This record gives sequence, C-alpha cells and structure tokens, in this order.
Amino acid sequence: MKRAVFKNNWVAALMVAPQLLIIFVFFYWPTSQAMYWAFTLEQPWGGGNTWVGFDNFAAILFDDLYWYSVQVSVVYAIGATVLSVGMALILAVFVDRQLRGFKAYKIGMIWPYAIAAPAVGLAFRFIFNPGAGIMLYLNDAFPGAWDPNGNGTHAMIMVIVAGAWKQIAYNFIFFLAGLQSIPRSLLEAGAMDGARVLRRMRDIQLPLLAPTFFFVLVINITDSFTDSFGIVDTMTGGGPARATNLMVYKIFNDGFQGLDYSGAAAQSIILMFLVVALTVVQFRYIERKVHYT
Amino acid sequence: MANISISDVRKSYGKDEVVHGVNLEIANGEFIVILGPSGCGKSTLLRMIAGLESISAGQIAIAGTVVNDLEPRERGCAMVFQNYALYPHMTVAENIGYALKVSGMAKAERLEKVRVVAASVGLSEFLDRRPGQLSGGQRQRVAMARAIIREPRVFLFDEPLSNLDAKLRVQMRHEIRRIHNRIKATSVFVTHDQQEGMTLADRLVVMNKGNIEQVGTPEEIYHSPASVYVGGFIGSPAMNFLSGQIVAGGVMLANGGKIPLPQALAVAHNGSLAQIGLRPEELTLVPAGKGAFDATFEFSEELGPSRLYHFQFEDLTLSVLSADKPPVEQGKPMGIRVEAGSVHLFAADTGKRLRAREAVAQPELVV
Ligand SMILES: Nc1ncnc2c1ncn2[C@@H]1O[C@H](COP(=O)(O)OP(=O)(O)O)[C@@H](O)[C@H]1O
Ligand SMILES: [Mg+2]
Repeated sequence: MKRAVFKNNWVAALMVAPQLLIIFVFFYWPTSQAMYWAFTLEQPWGGGNTWVGFDNFAAILFDDLYWYSVQVSVVYAIGATVLSVGMALILAVFVDRQLRGFKAYKIGMIWPYAIAAPAVGLAFRFIFNPGAGIMLYLNDAFPGAWDPNGNGTHAMIMVIVAGAWKQIAYNFIFFLAGLQSIPRSLLEAGAMDGARVLRRMRDIQLPLLAPTFFFVLVINITDSFTDSFGIVDTMTGGGPARATNLMVYKIFNDGFQGLDYSGAAAQSIILMFLVVALTVVQFRYIERKVHYT
Repeated sequence: MANISISDVRKSYGKDEVVHGVNLEIANGEFIVILGPSGCGKSTLLRMIAGLESISAGQIAIAGTVVNDLEPRERGCAMVFQNYALYPHMTVAENIGYALKVSGMAKAERLEKVRVVAASVGLSEFLDRRPGQLSGGQRQRVAMARAIIREPRVFLFDEPLSNLDAKLRVQMRHEIRRIHNRIKATSVFVTHDQQEGMTLADRLVVMNKGNIEQVGTPEEIYHSPASVYVGGFIGSPAMNFLSGQIVAGGVMLANGGKIPLPQALAVAHNGSLAQIGLRPEELTLVPAGKGAFDATFEFSEELGPSRLYHFQFEDLTLSVLSADKPPVEQGKPMGIRVEAGSVHLFAADTGKRLRAREAVAQPELVV
C-alpha cells in the first residue's frame, strides 16, 4: 500500500482531529464515565460517590435476575444468529445459482439492513399483533395459539424473528460475495466428477465458504448482544415477566428506569468486555484466515 | 465404443451466436485437437460436449446416444480445465478420488485406485499435500489423474498446458500423448497453440469465428490448407501471402514478377485474382534477377540449424527459411525462387483454396 507522508505534522493532526474527537466524545468519555460509576456508589443521601471496588460487580454476579437476563440473551443470540445466518445462506445460494428473478430480490434483500432497529421492531409488532392481521386468524382458529403479550416463549420467538430479519441482509451480502469468489470451474469440475447440486454445495461451496461463515457468525453474535435494544424496546419492553429482558435492555432498564447507575454501569462494562472478546476472536481469526492457495 | 457425433451444433448467448452450425465426426479412440485463436468458440464447443453449456441447436451424440439433455455426470466424459480447477481444500488424494467417492466406491478400494493412478503420473509422494503446495506441473498431473481415475469414455482438455512454462509444456504434451496411447479413450483437446495441435493430433479441427475451417490430419492441413486463414494459422514461421492474377503458366504479380504454377492449376483458374501462400521453408534465395521476383533484404533471425531471412517486397514483408548462408546484404535485393509445386493458391475474394480438379466440375456448374 502507498503511504502518504505529511511533512507538516500539524496538517496530519488537523485531519485526524475530527475523527479522534468523535471517538473520544462517543466512546472513551462514556466508557470512562461507565467505569467511574461501575467502581463507585452514590451515597444514599447525596454527597458524591464513594469507591466500592468490585462490589457492584459482585452484586450483579450474585443476582439471579442478572443470570436470567444472561440466559435469555444467549437464547436470543443463538436463535437470531442461527435463523439469520441460515436464511441468508439459503438465499445467497439461490442468488448465486441465478435462479429466476434473482436480480429483483438481490436488491430487495439489501434494504432491511438500512432500516433502524426500532423501525423493524414497530413493523414486526404490527405483523405479530395477536389481535390483528394473520395472527388474528390464527388465534380465531386456535384460541391462545399466539400470545406474545402473555407467553414468554412467544415473545422471544417474536424478537428473534424481527432481529434475524434485520440481520439477514448483511449476512446475505457476505455470503453472496463469498460464493461468487469461488471459481465457477470448481463447481464444473465437481459436476464432471459426478456430484449433483446439493453434493457440490456440501463438498465444495460450504467448505470454501467456511471463513466467511465464521466471520458472519461472530458478527451476528456480537450484534445480537448490542443491536437488539431497539427491537426489544419497541416490541416487548423486556417482558412478559422478563422473558425478553436481554442484557442490553436490562442495562437501560436498571439504569434509566431503576436509576441504579452503578449496577447498570457494571453490567455495561461486562457486556463491553464480552463484545471486545468476540471482536478479538474475530480479528485473530481473520488474520489467520484460511488460505488454501 | 465412444465415438462422438456433432451435427449442426450451434450456441447462442442471447442474440449473439458464437458457434455457427458445427458438424464433426470423431471416431472411437481418436485424438482430436480443436485449434483456433482465442474467442473462436473452441471452449464453448468442448463445454457443450461436456454438458457444461446447453446446446442451443443441433445434436451431440456420444456412442450413439444423444446427450443434449443429459447431465455432465451421465455423459461419461472427464475434463481437464485450463486452470486445473483442483479443489483447494482437499488433498491431492482427495482431489483424485473425489469422483469415486461421489460414485459411492468403498474407501479401501478407492484409496488403492488413487494410489495406483497417482503412481502412474508420478504423484505418489504428494498425496497428502494440498494443491496450493504444488508446482504448476504437479497440479497439472493431479488434474490429469483426476480425469484418468474415472476411466472415462471421453477425455476433454481445455487448453490444459497453457499455464505451464515452455519446457514443461512440451514434457506434459508427451505425457498426454503417452497416456492416450495407453488408455485409448476418445480425446478432444482444445488449444490455440498450433504447434501443440500439430504434434498431438490424430486429426486437427481448425476453427475460425465459430465455424470449422478445415478438418484433417496435421499433415494434410499443413500441405493443403483449405483457406488463407488456415494457411496463415498453421505452420511456424508463418506463411507468406502475395496477390496477383492467374495467367498461363503462373501468377502475375503487380510489379511484373511471375510465380510459376502447375499447368493444370493455372489452366483451371486462368484470369482469376488470387492470393498466393508461400511457406518460408519452401522458398530458395538466389542472386537478384534469377528468381520469380526480387525482394529487398532487411534482417535475419538465427534459429540454430537455420536462419529466417526477412525481406521487403513492395509494401509486404516476406520471410525465407534457409539452412545455407546466402550472401545477403541489408538494403540489397535478392532473387526468390518458387517451385511450382509448393505454391498454395487461394481465391482472392473468398480466401478458399483453388484446386486443379475443380476445373472438371466448373463447366457443369456454369450451366
Ligand atoms: N457465458 C458467456 N456469455 C456470453 N458470451 C460468451 C460466454 N462464454 C463465451 N462467450 C463468447 O463466446 C465466444 C467464444 O468463446 P470461447 O468458446 O470461450 O472461445 P475460445 O475458447 O475459443 O477462446 C467469445 O466471443 C466469448 O466472448
Ligand atoms: Mg477457451
């Protein structure tokens, strides 16, 4: 790569300044604030914060509600990731094989990613409304078949579907690019060797797609821990009975509704470390990405 | 028996027709080379035989069975691709044995066969490597082994040697011919390299812009090219072309020089405008004024056993291959002698070869 060299360091500094400012204001400063809150506790009658060490973390880790939230988050992460990665893979394979009409839905596929999570949540709230639309027909036919307001499992299914739907587009683009980078002649060689479509997919396309697959998997899990807030907030508010109270939503809930800043800050630090860990895994993997040739 | 019968086969991509009605009969066990410049439709034709491209019109039959609607795996063909198309995530052994694995052959039997075939192409030590860890020549062998192991009725090659360096290319060419002599499967080999075509083929098929120009043994094609195009494409150094008008006993060039023709040929086409093809190796250099015409010497190329002498003749360049050392001097004229029997005569308008025996047929056509 070509390296631009600035003779005058001030020019360089000026050019990176806006970016540094943004990172500082929206990342380092809030993080440092969260750190501050996480290791301190506001005195009951005011008068500033006192240093409490790891007490806030200990309190969280001995809190059953926190562990329930972790459990719910893991269910959501697995559900949304499996659904979105699976669907995206199937659709990408269709587009790659240029089945009829692929151009139209190739474009259509990319749109959902551009929609903000709360908007997705709102849209799916209408779709999954038990008292209207197709769900009403279902409930008329089988009373109680669909009840996301009362049934925790139904609520979880609902947020998983909405979250996965939003993520499919992103995964789809990566899978399609991955599939299209596999030389056509490899599949032709497979066809000459007698393998049918599904066999070629299993023996040639999927193994060669493994690096992309892993990348997408990590991105999706990371995303499901953080980007799910908007969907939960608009669709279930964490309910019913905390059934969809994901970690990221619980932070908001405890902090801004329960006004337990220290507890929420400690939770957000934990979540941050989780995401950092996933990102490290991903970067390490990409660096050593499997190169066959 | 696996003869291939190609009748009036066409291929169109949308509105563009790239193969225009090809007819070709390939006998069982024959080694056919399809030769032509890049983009002339060779690969397309080969891929239609393989089943990798649909056939827009016409029919291809292998061993008497029309294969138009058969999947590649039902046609009994094996193919060696230009870039080898080895599976990068499989070892050499897995690459070679993949077809057998797909066909459901038991593992022990499969591994044994892989071992035997790999040994036959000199790959025994590399069975556990990935293609990425092999040299170009070794990859080429893997591709060959992968095709051989299936014991196909038909072998298809799409420019398999074009990614190798010159020395290895010759070596692999010999190896391919040796393998063919051993297993005797009907083979169709596509290349743009005329030397490769000449040396490998039982019969050569010369293609031009989606049409077959000529089919014949390398010898036939070298000695009587059916058109200006074939004459120019086959043979190295390339054929020289001049134009003139046929008169009694020869062809009159524009500057008054005269090239002798066999009597029958000159009589048959008396008066027509013609293109004359002269192979550099069939011309002789003589002192100025003693040949069919004089040309100005420009420079020569040393080829070892002989030299290629380049001349300027009117606005054309012309080359003569000679093993002697004629007294040439830059900028000075030399005479060029042409034997009547070595002249290739083509119609000026169509570029088709003019033959003596057409004289018999012509009066009937005129009526
Ligand atoms: N998939 C395709 N779509 C459109 N045109 C194609 C396609 N494949 C080949 N062609 C055209 O068909 C012609 C013949 O191609 P090809 O058979 O690959 O030539 P060759 O192998 O002789 O170099 C070329 O002009 C090429 O551009
Ligand atoms: Mg080609």
